[in-house]
Amino acid sequence: MIVLEWLFLTIAPCDAAEPWQLGSQDAATPIMQGVMDLHHDIFFFLILILVFVSRILVRALWHFHYKKNPIPQRIVHGTTIEILRTIFPSIIPMFIAIPSFVLLYSMDEVVVDPAITIKAIGHQWYRTYEYSDYNSSDEESLTFDSYTIPEDDPELGQSRLLEVDNRVVVPAKTNLRIIVTPADVPHSWAVPSSGVKCDAVPGRSNQTSISVQREGVYYGQCSEIRGTNHASIVVEAVPRKDYGSRVSNQLIPQTNQTGEA
Amino acid sequence: MEEVHLQTAPADFRFPSTNQTRHCFTRYIEFHRCLAAKGEESGDCEKFAKYYRSLCPVEWIEKWNEQRENGTFPGPL
Repeated sequence: MIVLEWLFLTIAPCDAAEPWQLGSQDAATPIMQGVMDLHHDIFFFLILILVFVSRILVRALWHFHYKKNPIPQRIVHGTTIEILRTIFPSIIPMFIAIPSFVLLYSMDEVVVDPAITIKAIGHQWYRTYEYSDYNSSDEESLTFDSYTIPEDDPELGQSRLLEVDNRVVVPAKTNLRIIVTPADVPHSWAVPSSGVKCDAVPGRSNQTSISVQREGVYYGQCSEIRGTNHASIVVEAVPRKDYGSRVSNQLIPQTNQTGEA
Repeated sequence: MEEVHLQTAPADFRFPSTNQTRHCFTRYIEFHRCLAAKGEESGDCEKFAKYYRSLCPVEWIEKWNEQRENGTFPGPL
């Protein structure tokens, strides 16, 4: 049991960018899992085509080198091969298109109404988050600003230029609607492990739905950078029963962020 | 802490796509038309108020409230 526990503690999900990372971050939402599965589907056909084309190219260069084959052939037609090389490449995109469209349309499908709406408002050099589901008047939203922690300030264990002072707290396993809009210039709200990237265009309010399946802290970056220290987005998913107390404590500064689960 | 009941503006089939600008604007107008039709005291309009407050950024709401007071609101109230 102790051995298993130790093993668990050493396997941390990748929810932030790692140095020299080649693959995607670990999926935290069904959308991101779908994106990764689609990537694997397409990559299979990609490798097939790569190997096939490379083999033909190398064969042609090797066997028809002018020293080995000084007299070229004069074949100009070949009906069978022309039919085959037209049909096969048109079947392959069909195999790619089917899972791609399945994912695309299932992302848009509204199965359940969202439980929470969170507004992410991009300002030139920070983000403001508004939780307005429980106002009884126009002024009462829970609103807070989220600034990137500058390079000199992070505590031991925090990621440089990825941490923020106030994180977006969301309940896990809940359908969320995120409304993204900017206050000034175009921004983009992106969290790779949740499979979210939503552009914020002035005068327009865009919606994106996610449902974070596991608790944790997810790091993202603004994908239309507007200045230094602008980029960080941090989403923290907490168990649903803790959500109420976390949000009501949100405006109290948290002094021990690295110890939080 | 006991489970908080989570509820927000439902998905509206009139606005199925990503762009929810008109959704927010429509809910705001619906609220004020409801107020004009039913009066401030009846609680029926509170539902629309919750919807527009969930969907619309506070900045937009403040701007529209000001425009309504000045009489320059560009919508069919």
